[in-house]
Amino acid sequence: MTAAATTETGARPPRAGRRSAPTWVGTVPFLAYTGVFLLLPTGIVIWNAFRRPTGGFTFSNISALNTSAVRTLFVGSLELCVISALIGAVLGAILAYAVASGRQDGVVRRLYLAGSGVLAQFGGVTLAFAFLATIGPTSGILFHASWFYDFPWGIALIYIYFQIPLMVLVFLPAIDGLKVQWREAAENLGGSTWHYWRYIGGPLLTPAFLGATLLLFANALSAYATIVAWEDQIAYVVPQQIGVALISEVGLVNFNQADALAFGMIVMVVIVMSGYFLLQRRAARWQR
Amino acid sequence: MSKLVAAAKKEGTLNVIALPADWANYGTIIKDFAAKYGIKVNSIAPDDSSAQEVTQIQQKNGTSLAADVLDVGGSVATANTSLFAPYEVATWSSIPAGLKESTGLYVGDYGGYMSVGYNSAKFGTITSLSQLLGSKFKSAVALNGNPTEANAALNGVMMANLAEGGSPSSIADGVAFFHKLKTAGNYVPVQATPATIKAGTTPVVFNWDYLNTAAVVGQPASTWKIYIPDNATLGGFYFQAINKNAPHPAAARLWEEFLFSQASVGGQNLWLQGGARPSEQAAMTSNGSINKTAAAALPPVMGTPIFLTQAQATAAATYLAANWAKAVS
Repeated sequence: MTAAATTETGARPPRAGRRSAPTWVGTVPFLAYTGVFLLLPTGIVIWNAFRRPTGGFTFSNISALNTSAVRTLFVGSLELCVISALIGAVLGAILAYAVASGRQDGVVRRLYLAGSGVLAQFGGVTLAFAFLATIGPTSGILFHASWFYDFPWGIALIYIYFQIPLMVLVFLPAIDGLKVQWREAAENLGGSTWHYWRYIGGPLLTPAFLGATLLLFANALSAYATIVAWEDQIAYVVPQQIGVALISEVGLVNFNQADALAFGMIVMVVIVMSGYFLLQRRAARWQR
Repeated sequence: MSKLVAAAKKEGTLNVIALPADWANYGTIIKDFAAKYGIKVNSIAPDDSSAQEVTQIQQKNGTSLAADVLDVGGSVATANTSLFAPYEVATWSSIPAGLKESTGLYVGDYGGYMSVGYNSAKFGTITSLSQLLGSKFKSAVALNGNPTEANAALNGVMMANLAEGGSPSSIADGVAFFHKLKTAGNYVPVQATPATIKAGTTPVVFNWDYLNTAAVVGQPASTWKIYIPDNATLGGFYFQAINKNAPHPAAARLWEEFLFSQASVGGQNLWLQGGARPSEQAAMTSNGSINKTAAAALPPVMGTPIFLTQAQATAAATYLAANWAKAVS
């Protein structure tokens, strides 16, 4: 699974006597793909967020975001994503380091990687029900967690269950990149373990750690099936409310309101991404 | 009628949508219809909501995949009449005037009363909703869905509202009741399903009586009981409508004739056997065509039934949109 992570791409020099295509041609499939499946849907969402169900432009969908009920949803999304991403990232990074310290071709490593690959995709009704049956307030087999239904900790615990394995998968290659020789060099020069992590390991891993944490944040932000299966009767986060606006049978359907909520999520991601880039620039100063 | 049967057989297929097999006996109804007329019934997205049914026909009209017939809640029916074709079934005069649009754009098909289903072995007999606030019901009481989304859940809150002395025009007392339930630690926010009932997670469930029967939730009839409050007998009907652009127009109309038929193997008696109350029940009781065993098995209703008007349902939804999550989270 990771063996091929660092092979050289055997790019051959262009053959003599034949003119090579312009360099931008290679990016066409990528640009076309992101255009159709990312930019176009995003554009449609933003466009519709400013339209009335009956047609015509309006700001009412956007101003409806600034009500206490909707603000609570965005705060809820933010809390859940930050908690589950940070705890998942820290615990996942420690686990990844432990796995990386073992033998490269050992059974333990393969077991953890295969397990992480499966568990990172474990979600939805099955996961929520598994937790309910194990630690639910009335039906828990293991113990009865009275806080199971509390937002955000109950659902954060369930999210962390798939956040940790995802962190292991995305962070392990970065740890594998740390060379033993660097540590030996630090020790030869009289550096302690603290010195190694402070001046070598830490700075090297920080950009990868921040990137992985951001991935976990986005993973939690867009999750829908798991939280709906956990608690179906209350909307705590924005995706649940988008669900209400799309399928309500009691007369609260408003597709444009759903678009406005999605637009709010886009803005939220843009803000988080900007913060990430600023941090990343600082963390990766040594690379320039 | 014979011409309609011939035309429907020629079409050969019927698309139905949002009909779960364990909902009001729909599994049997679909099977019996298909067997009687030799028409293939294509059951689309059984777990969709009423609103999703409308979206489906808006998106799929013009293709052979659009649903021919809809079974929707009152809010969705009245808001989308421009998509429906008027049709009067043979038994039109047996349907109470209050349950049908005057030209047949939508027609009440079956309904029931909001109820509390519960395990009597664990909780004893429930005789009032305020009992549910007691410490015996710790982490026990659940709704069927989010009341800003699902009709059954909204009516569950409305039942609590009426039992607390509230009026049908304002659902505030019902929301306050669930706030008290939450504060007491008795409220369970998990979607109640036969699986959660079996696991013991949702031993007390607010739902329509025909979805709360022991048979539907998979519990022994000796211990799974249904309680309908005398002071909050809240009824609700679903409505049939035919897609104006139905890909199988004759099969759609034949399906309606089957659903509203008073025959012993006709929709009305089949719904009754599923615990739902068919809209022609009164007429069938007087002309003797009703399945008496099934009628006697319905949970008894003592109070005066209340049905929400469209304005009351809308007011309740608006209030819930602003206050529900705050009250119970």
